[in-house]
Amino acid sequence: MGVTSGYVRHIADLGRLDLSDEERETFASQLNDILEYAAMLNELDTEGVEPASHVVPLKNVFREDVVRESFPVEEVLSNAPDARGNFFCVPKIIEE
Amino acid sequence: MKYVPTIGIEVHAQLMTRSKLFCGCSTRFAAAPNHNTCPVCLGFPGVLPVLNRSAVEMVIKTALALNCEIPALSRFARKNYFYPDLPKAYQISQYELPIGRNGWLAVEAGGGTKRVRINRVHLEEDAGKLIHEGGDVSCVDYNRAGVPLMEIVTEADIENSEDAAAYLTSLRTLLMYIEVCDGNMEEGSLRCEPNVSLRPADADVRGTKTELKNLNSFKAVRRGLEYEIERQRGILESGGAVVQETRRWDEASQTTRPMRSKEEAHDYRYFPEPDLVPLEVGTEWQDELKKGLPEMPWEKKRRFMHATFNGYKISGGEYALPEEDADRLTSSRPLADYFEKIIKASPEETKIDVTREGAAAVRGDLEPQFIFPLYYKTVSNWVLNELLGALNESGKTIEECPIKPEDFAKLLDLIRQKKISGRIAKDVFKEMFATGKNPEDIVGERDLTQTTDVSEILKVVRRVIEANPGPVSDYRAGKKKALGFLMGQAMKETKGKADPVIVSRILREFLEGT
Amino acid sequence: MELHRKTAHELLELHRKGEVSPVETVVSVLDRVRRVEGDVAAYLLVLDDAARRRAAELESADRNLPLYGVPVAVKDNICTKGTPTTCASKILKNFIPPYDAAVVERLRDAGAVIVGKTNMDEFAMGSSCENSGFHPTRNPWDLERVPGGSSGGSAAAVCADEAALALGSDTGGSIRQPASFCGVVGLKPTYGAVSRYGLVAFASSLDQIGPLAKDVHDAALMMNVIAVHDPRDSTSVNRPPADFLAGLDDGVRGVKLALVEEFLPEGTERGVRAAVEGAAAALEKSGAVVEKVSLPVLRYALPAYYLIAPAEASSNLARYDGVQYGRRAAQAGDLASLYGKTRREGFGAEVKRRIMLGAYALSAGYYDAYYLRALKVRALIVRDFGRAFEKYDALIGATSPTVSFKLGEKTADPLAMYLSDLCTIPVNLGGLPAVSVPCGLSGGLPVGLQIVGKPFDEGTVLRVARACEVSAGFERKVL
Ligand SMILES: [Mg+2]
Ligand SMILES: [Zn+2]
Repeated sequence: MGVTSGYVRHIADLGRLDLSDEERETFASQLNDILEYAAMLNELDTEGVEPASHVVPLKNVFREDVVRESFPVEEVLSNAPDARGNFFCVPKIIEE
Repeated sequence: MKYVPTIGIEVHAQLMTRSKLFCGCSTRFAAAPNHNTCPVCLGFPGVLPVLNRSAVEMVIKTALALNCEIPALSRFARKNYFYPDLPKAYQISQYELPIGRNGWLAVEAGGGTKRVRINRVHLEEDAGKLIHEGGDVSCVDYNRAGVPLMEIVTEADIENSEDAAAYLTSLRTLLMYIEVCDGNMEEGSLRCEPNVSLRPADADVRGTKTELKNLNSFKAVRRGLEYEIERQRGILESGGAVVQETRRWDEASQTTRPMRSKEEAHDYRYFPEPDLVPLEVGTEWQDELKKGLPEMPWEKKRRFMHATFNGYKISGGEYALPEEDADRLTSSRPLADYFEKIIKASPEETKIDVTREGAAAVRGDLEPQFIFPLYYKTVSNWVLNELLGALNESGKTIEECPIKPEDFAKLLDLIRQKKISGRIAKDVFKEMFATGKNPEDIVGERDLTQTTDVSEILKVVRRVIEANPGPVSDYRAGKKKALGFLMGQAMKETKGKADPVIVSRILREFLEGT
Repeated sequence: MELHRKTAHELLELHRKGEVSPVETVVSVLDRVRRVEGDVAAYLLVLDDAARRRAAELESADRNLPLYGVPVAVKDNICTKGTPTTCASKILKNFIPPYDAAVVERLRDAGAVIVGKTNMDEFAMGSSCENSGFHPTRNPWDLERVPGGSSGGSAAAVCADEAALALGSDTGGSIRQPASFCGVVGLKPTYGAVSRYGLVAFASSLDQIGPLAKDVHDAALMMNVIAVHDPRDSTSVNRPPADFLAGLDDGVRGVKLALVEEFLPEGTERGVRAAVEGAAAALEKSGAVVEKVSLPVLRYALPAYYLIAPAEASSNLARYDGVQYGRRAAQAGDLASLYGKTRREGFGAEVKRRIMLGAYALSAGYYDAYYLRALKVRALIVRDFGRAFEKYDALIGATSPTVSFKLGEKTADPLAMYLSDLCTIPVNLGGLPAVSVPCGLSGGLPVGLQIVGKPFDEGTVLRVARACEVSAGFERKVL
């Protein structure tokens, strides 16, 4: 088994990370080491075990449907790398 | 080879909450760009979602109305993908544990009732809006980001575009009835994404499906599906293979075109949302919400209609209306309510059941159309023809109707009491609609009271007979149609105020020399 | 003694009696920062003017506020309104949150003075502070060594008297391991005890904010301020407010402690083992019952963690794409390069590695084998902790198998670095409270004793820590 450099490209794409060929090679070998280590989990019998995505003993936490004032638009835009006319802007996307 | 289409439909309905799904920003449509935003719905670092209780309750109500199972435990999940309209680069949605699953909706189509099975009903957040007009940039408005959406997915149970449209119509009516969605397709409050595939009629395997987007009206859904079915049929008949893809309906050319994929790799990496805790929808909560559900559209329709027994009409329902009337009146809850308010405001005499109490109930000069069940049909006619016509013309909704149902009942009562003629009533109606005045005042101000004075009418009829020797001799020669013309002349003479029943009787007496 | 050297509770008393004013204290601490920061580099940002202004304001405030005039350092992944919050990442270099984290609001309301934002491993991913996107921090005990991580800046600041108290965050040991390395007290509260609102997420189901302090008393003082229910965090548990100072000095007579074999794992340095066993013996002498136990499932915590935490992180860090805030790559001509280049330039190697590891664990075809299996192992860990707590009041062991290591020693081998958190990680998976308290020295460097408690039983954990502190007689470093 093992993570190929090709699969590293796939998961880097999923995470939107541009990588050089060299980085891909390094990451492939490091990920392999880690995943090999993680394979020790297979030693445990987890048959019928309910997965624990959380340990917090809570259910049904809500807020009531009440409108609260939004943030001033200047404030939400103040950190934007490119804002014009109250919009956040990105390079032109050709949709379809 | 014969091919059979298989259609499944995914609907996204915007829920009618006041605030967004995970923050207190308003859901108001068309606020100035990015004015309904905050760090939570913009996905700023460190802020956290807190779930809107009303949104959850709306989904539970829908699941109940759609006969779904409601699992004891439900969970939110993250759907991960990058796009500028998605601030956190994941959408909080539901995956393996939706709020509702395995339900059905009864849909009337092709003369029968079919059950469309519902695969799941779940809650998720909407994305923002991208604007590509002009310039070298695309602009993003996040007002819509985080607005609660309910996703309703059917099994692939639908076989043609008619049934697909019928399902959508029923679903939309239902959502509006239970007041969870405003049903506005143009504004995108209700978005429909059907998928369709073709299989050989004699085979059990499903063909490759395509998904359709940008269908902004029922008509577009029907046309889009029809186009897509024919397109796929063409490919298959010429020996080709359908490509699995998402296609966009183009209104201008009335065709579908492949969309460029948003994400090259469709690997959403769903996993449980760690910022939210599970939902536990116990039976107590369900029962409470069930109690709050209104009469369902199909129940209301049954109540409005006549019932049939062994093919015979019997007066089963409350108003014994023809199916088409019941269908149209119950297509919207406010319209049905309006109709019932007129009935409620009408005098007791109109509620005598002739079929139960027999013809004896019809006595004096009471017109049968003002006795049950015909009175209800009369009201239905007025609502469906005059009122809907006027609303349509003025661009108003039933909620904005200037005529109070009580005044509408008064107008009909004026006809019943022969104070005005049906023709005059239409003029009075127009003025009521334009001014909101009550009918008695209008009739009084304009002196429109019907003439029932026989001697007065006699004079008029005599004048008409004298002035129209041609039609008179035509009638006497057997051309009975001439009566209509003479009637018209007589009514014109009285400016429509004469009681047409009396006019007709007297005219006939004159013409037939009795 | 100079003011900067004093603990928070000592300062509070001086402030309350009016013997010292908050301004004097803050000036003393800022002077100290100016003198040692060149060596330690604990801060990413020192709020010199703001701290002086705040201290002056406090002159007219209620002297009984729980942190009246106490100079506090805040880890830079905790949002501060109007003040840059970078997570030590280039991608958030100029990010100024328009909101305070819940804990920062609590600090301000309590009369604390925020001295600055401390250095950390980028997005809290690391165990040495060397993964900071800006500069490393050095251990005040030995400037050639790391302060630990990821809350290395907060630990070093407290250790070097550059703040009386600090806030850190702990996802897999990020408060306790640097506390151990720097010879200070670090507490990771029960998951759900402290609001995460405004804490920039690394792994949401594991992250908790907690105090780094000069002594156990100060840690309890900080807990009294920050462990409060917050409706803005759905995972914040609504409990009646606790007084963490109550019973702190009640001793450990009759307290049942388990010395957990897996908290002294293979490869534990001899000096660390000796210090921990010495501390255990001292606790026994003070009246505690100490038994050796083994919880074999804890061996699987590290691999489970390195699937769960990166999985959540890969999703949590997806939002840094240069659209709404943060740094955008200059050469972003189309959407693909907007994302790819921005994230390539903005993130360091460790962050990229974990994003990819997480994406891998969640990706189609691997989810069941990796992520889901890890969640099941997490369930087993929770179960076995629960069983242990049926018999014991607290579990003890080493915070880290080693003392502080040299800068650069482990940077080339990610797995070796991960092993530094072997003893702390199981606690996060279990959502339990745990403290690291200095219990001795090994080769002249501090060793931390880790004390793990039942959910929401910070009280016992702090009481045992206090007993250890008393018996160890540990002397804090004077740089
Ligand atoms: Mg959806
Ligand atoms: Zn918002």
